[in-house]
Amino acid sequence: MAKFTAKPNELSKLDYAPPKTGWMDTPVEIREHMFCHAAKPKELDAVGFPNAREWRPADEDWKLPENWERLLLEKMKDLLDKYRSFKVFMDICVRCGACADKCHFFIGSGDPKNMPVLRAELLRSVYRRNFTAAGKILRKIAGARDLTVNVLKEWWYYFYQCTECRRCSVFCPYGIDQAEITMMGRELTNLLGLNIGWIAGPVAACYMKGNHLGLEPHTITSSIEFFLDDIETITGIRINPTFNRKGAEILFVTPSGDLFANPGTYTAMGYLMLFHELGLDYTWSTYASEGGNFGFFTTNEMAKRLNYKIYAEAKRLGVKWILGGECGHMWRVIHQYMDSWNGPADFLEEPVSPITGTKFENAKAAKMVHIAEFTADLIKNGKLRLDPSRNDHLKVTFHDSCNTARGMGLLEEPRYIIRNVCNQFYEMPEDTIREKTFCCGSGTGLNASENMELRLRGGFPRANAVKYVHEHYGVNMVANVCAIDRATLTTSIDYWVPGVGVTGVHELVGNALVMKGEKERTIDIRLEPLPGKEGTADETL
Amino acid sequence: MGSVFAFFVVITLTLIAFIGVKAASLHFLFGVLIPYAAFVTFLVGIIYRVLFWWGSSPVPFCIPTTCGQEKSLPWIKQNKLESPSSTLGVIGRMALEVLLFRSLFRNLKTQLYDGTKLVYGEAKWLWLAGLAFHWSFLLIVIRHLRFFMEKVPASMKMIEGLDSFLQIGAPLLYITDAVILSAVTYLFIRRVVIPQVRYISLPADYFPLFLIFGIALSGVLMRYFFKVNVTGIKELAMGLISFSYDPKVLEGTGVIFYIHLFLVSTLLAYFPFSKLMHMGGIFLSPTRNMVNDSRMKRHINPWNYPVKVHSYAEYEEEFREKMKGAGIPVEKE
Repeated sequence: MAKFTAKPNELSKLDYAPPKTGWMDTPVEIREHMFCHAAKPKELDAVGFPNAREWRPADEDWKLPENWERLLLEKMKDLLDKYRSFKVFMDICVRCGACADKCHFFIGSGDPKNMPVLRAELLRSVYRRNFTAAGKILRKIAGARDLTVNVLKEWWYYFYQCTECRRCSVFCPYGIDQAEITMMGRELTNLLGLNIGWIAGPVAACYMKGNHLGLEPHTITSSIEFFLDDIETITGIRINPTFNRKGAEILFVTPSGDLFANPGTYTAMGYLMLFHELGLDYTWSTYASEGGNFGFFTTNEMAKRLNYKIYAEAKRLGVKWILGGECGHMWRVIHQYMDSWNGPADFLEEPVSPITGTKFENAKAAKMVHIAEFTADLIKNGKLRLDPSRNDHLKVTFHDSCNTARGMGLLEEPRYIIRNVCNQFYEMPEDTIREKTFCCGSGTGLNASENMELRLRGGFPRANAVKYVHEHYGVNMVANVCAIDRATLTTSIDYWVPGVGVTGVHELVGNALVMKGEKERTIDIRLEPLPGKEGTADETL
Repeated sequence: MGSVFAFFVVITLTLIAFIGVKAASLHFLFGVLIPYAAFVTFLVGIIYRVLFWWGSSPVPFCIPTTCGQEKSLPWIKQNKLESPSSTLGVIGRMALEVLLFRSLFRNLKTQLYDGTKLVYGEAKWLWLAGLAFHWSFLLIVIRHLRFFMEKVPASMKMIEGLDSFLQIGAPLLYITDAVILSAVTYLFIRRVVIPQVRYISLPADYFPLFLIFGIALSGVLMRYFFKVNVTGIKELAMGLISFSYDPKVLEGTGVIFYIHLFLVSTLLAYFPFSKLMHMGGIFLSPTRNMVNDSRMKRHINPWNYPVKVHSYAEYEEEFREKMKGAGIPVEKE
């Protein structure tokens, strides 16, 4: 595959005019740089996914199992019986088009099949043909069509061009949620072994080793050891976190991405510094070492299988409650699914902050608290000594993650923290934040490299809003509470708005946090000189 | 093409009623049998779809789309309507959706300037036309109930009075008649003129627009231009609900009434099988009608089943030596 080289001004030349031919008569074109590689058979076999085989999306022959149509239609029936949302969303769309220009992939590509309404019609047309009287009799007049190989390919191509961000659902007069439809679509493709490697790999790794990156226990501790060395360099304080410790009060779970690559690692350092300063009785786990859940991008069952570890480990270690790190889809899963799947968590206690005594009423059943809720409470109660001037070299904006915004409603907590740890905070235009926030463009396991064009196109609306605050206020840092953002926004922002960085909220906290017994700080968590300390940094190192 | 097809279907329906009554004199069929059949189809169809199709599937997960701040720390102001944590909040949210089309009110128009700048502009026309259309339709349906009542209640007269307060023409012009025709026309024009909306439109999107336009138009013609015998129509309507049919009344009513009635019957019979079921569906939409309390209260999935998991014991079995080497406590030494 040739490397993707298009320049930003070429990529943003967009034509929103639909093609001359109707969408049912316009066959899908599987375009290079827009799709991810197929999953490897061994990754699917590791978790027992069906129809594992070698195949390539660009090939004519996808080596489908012989009875694939029957398998799909039976599965569709099964999903319709299990989810009222699926039935209602198949039936009630009036095609008003309010969702059309709300999707980051449509805005960034102009491809009409990326309008949420049309992406859903790809599936609805087959639903009508097989499950409604009108569709069976009137066929195309009723918007129905047969399930063919080309239709299946179209499903695959476009259901892996949706990041389940739910922005369309905010604007839909009936709340029709494309995320829900994409989830059904992915259940269907998954049934035929049509998964993508970037999802299946992390799923297999997470199942066997406890985290998406496949970090084994000793690798986790040694990664964190590196962070501790850096923290010692910065603060002069040696931190000693514990792992898999029974009897700790709190189990801390965060996405493994934070242990692996910049700038996520800086966020992890922020957590370590905060917990140390609080003297928090907590433990990491190498078994439940993943907050995220790529299983959620395959099947509901797989998501539950991966999520199982969190409660199981909390029970084994005998902790009182669970604290969760900064992550997007992790929190959709924990907030809306975990207790239904693997609860009731009656072996845990209702979460209470040991520092402030605050009861987290909103988490009293699931017993898992978001770190932004935890830290906002600490700041409000004056439990942290903060020096926001250490972040004075940063002009910060906040990017709401899709899932925490629209699948949870966590909007004010991170903003409150940022305002307390930074002196310069600027919001992006209001139609691009909070419940109307734009996806980074690479969620739901689409953060591979071979689909770079797709990611950059999907990232365009977010980057465009960042560009606005960059040009107007000189914003040079995008804060967020999502590991995928930290891993992917860097690429997209660097492409569209060079000169703006990406950070987790708790990296900013770690920098501003005045720790007991620390030496005078001259460098920040990235080991870069603090504002006004440029001359002294070299001596410290 | 979908629009042309749908247009001719409605024309054909009109002709069927016209020929059926005018040439074949099938007054009983068009005045009694078809309306009954349509009404039964409407009722049974809706009950089937809501109770036995949608209702037969559970809502396994609590998946509201949160459009505002969750209930969290006591000093953080929760958005009780857009992120409701109580049933009362959900009722408020649903009322806003159903009565005022809250979500559609949010609508924006995304535009790209110079290939570099995305701008989000106001886009309230669809919301306004949609609201005007639905409220007019509701008021018109309520006004029609007078045909089925021996005595017309005062509240009904008040609605009629308000609807005709402009005091134009004789009989007085109902504002809702003018509004529904304008709103349907707007909804049709935007469907044809906006390229993306035209691209996604099916015959099933144009058909109800033409059908409802035909119903409204035939009603307007009857009331303001042909001036059909209203007393006769009332007798006919009363006959329908009391199962007594006077052939003289049936035959004495003008053909325009039968066209109107036939189109209404078509709409009723078509309703349960079409996208018009959004009327019922909005109430069952899980992203809007659920309480955002899934960490406060366990939501039960009725088909939750045990799954194959990778247990801690299996994990330790595989990594015990490495764990011990890294100083991580293990269960079995």
